[in-house]
Amino acid sequence: MAPIELTRFSQIYSLLHSRWPQFILRALILAGFMFTILSGLWGSQVGSHNFATIFVWIAWWSALKLFFIPIGGRTWCSICPLPLLGEWLQNRGILRSRDAQCLHGKSWPRAWRNAWIPVVSFLLVGWFGVIILTSPRTTAFVLLGLFVLATLLGLIYERRAFCRYICPVGGFSGLYTRLAPPAIRVSNTTLCTIHIEKTCYNVCPWGQYPLALKTSGNCGLCMECLRACPYQNISLSLRPWGIELSSPPKMRVDEVFLALVMLTTAGVDAAIFLGPWGALKSATYTVGSPGWWIFATAFLLLVLGIVPAFYALTTWIAQRIRKGGLSPKSSFTYYGPILLPLGLMAWIAFTLAFASTKLSYLLPVLSDPLGWGWNLLGLTNHISTGQTPLLSSALQTLILAGGAMIATKTARELSRSLYESIPCSYSLLHLPG
Amino acid sequence: MKYIPVMVQRLASSRRSVYLIFISAAAIILGIPVPPPAISATERYIRVEASMYRFSPEQIFVSPGERVTIELVATDVKHGLYLDDYGLSLEAEPGQPARETFVATRPGVYRLRCSVPCGNLHPFMLGKLQIGPNLALLRGSLLGAMAIIIALFPRSAPQMSRQKHFPNGTD
Repeated sequence: MAPIELTRFSQIYSLLHSRWPQFILRALILAGFMFTILSGLWGSQVGSHNFATIFVWIAWWSALKLFFIPIGGRTWCSICPLPLLGEWLQNRGILRSRDAQCLHGKSWPRAWRNAWIPVVSFLLVGWFGVIILTSPRTTAFVLLGLFVLATLLGLIYERRAFCRYICPVGGFSGLYTRLAPPAIRVSNTTLCTIHIEKTCYNVCPWGQYPLALKTSGNCGLCMECLRACPYQNISLSLRPWGIELSSPPKMRVDEVFLALVMLTTAGVDAAIFLGPWGALKSATYTVGSPGWWIFATAFLLLVLGIVPAFYALTTWIAQRIRKGGLSPKSSFTYYGPILLPLGLMAWIAFTLAFASTKLSYLLPVLSDPLGWGWNLLGLTNHISTGQTPLLSSALQTLILAGGAMIATKTARELSRSLYESIPCSYSLLHLPG
Repeated sequence: MKYIPVMVQRLASSRRSVYLIFISAAAIILGIPVPPPAISATERYIRVEASMYRFSPEQIFVSPGERVTIELVATDVKHGLYLDDYGLSLEAEPGQPARETFVATRPGVYRLRCSVPCGNLHPFMLGKLQIGPNLALLRGSLLGAMAIIIALFPRSAPQMSRQKHFPNGTD
């Protein structure tokens, strides 16, 4: 199925070309973000009665996992409030793009141009997730900390260093976005080769050159390239879901580790938040207690030891069966794409189970966002105990099975490509003889 | 008979057919009725202690048809117990246990939830009641295995010769 080029429709092109729709959305979200921090700091500290915890970890998190990433790719990144102030300061204006007058910060250190920082931040989320999720004040401090960090890095380093190399959400969005339909590409490659100024690259906050985009993983869908291109040569298209898996760009070790951490964390979070094991919940909640230390050690062992070792062994055996001749490190990265549908589907299934029973908390906190006993909309007492609907359970099973199917298909195709490449290279090597 | 493998291969070679096979098989696996289990007309008394943020026992196993009496005992603050699908609801304060009886007519796995806000982890205070065998797990495992088998079925056209979608040679 061919991609649908959305920018071919003049209304959509105009909507994306204008800065105003995106700015209005970002401004509204920034206002909501500030309110979330304030309610976390000064509202009730009972998690289920505070706007900060309920809106961030139930509404936004569910929207991110069920809509933004699987369907919209990095659309959340295009309206995210975290890097906004830093970007405005960097560009010396609100409705401006990067140009000659903007702040030219330092380049991000080469040693850190990878996904290791998001891996570490996700490990921290795994360790302290229960506290972050249930404590309004901790939620507020985390959001505030990320906002300050993004702003400072925006002032020190060029472009969106925070989004590309630090942000935990950006880390996994970048991974799973490869499966999502939206894709920024060029319409005519010849036009790009004759265009010496490369304005699209110069204005890109993500440091991407659209002609060279092999994957949508690092494109933030900010539309700056589309606005800057003098030839209207940038297109936004919708591809068939998961099409990048059929010829995936090579993944690095850090990216595979991030995918493994994400996959394992989905399972661990499901056990903590959806399982019946009270001792596990108590251990994760009482940070610093002996129980928590046991949990933290076991989590680290699982995420950085057992699961990667099992994956490495399996991929090495797979390529040995195919006589691929890859080193353990190469087979570790070669089969990395199979982790993407597995991880994304695991997160979707977990979020469905999580959200289907917790959505009833949304309306009451709108009625009383600070948990101060208000009843602005008359909905304060509408929290239901919630139950897992039969449809949600069946859907979760289907989604997990679908993830297993896509991952198996990807593994099979990767193995076949490996197998097909052997006689080809062999014959080329022996051609002169 | 000899045409059957060819037909299966042709079906499996089309992306649309693969998804169609998967959805049809999924509908059968998830929806197929199973014969009702043997009904046991015995009485069961289960004392469930609720404390922040756990039920004890965490998992309860009963047989289909059993007449189950649950006594909820709160050991620290006020807690509730709500049983999914059965609509059973209890609330207990420390020193004031509550009890209710129901007949476990529908086999399956159900969650017990605390229904009285008891602290920050209240939304995640859960327990499990299993009536009869865990058919959901069985169906899920079967569906997963079937999904993997379908995905393993070889396709006729090699993927590498596929045309790229975008002018810069990418998908």
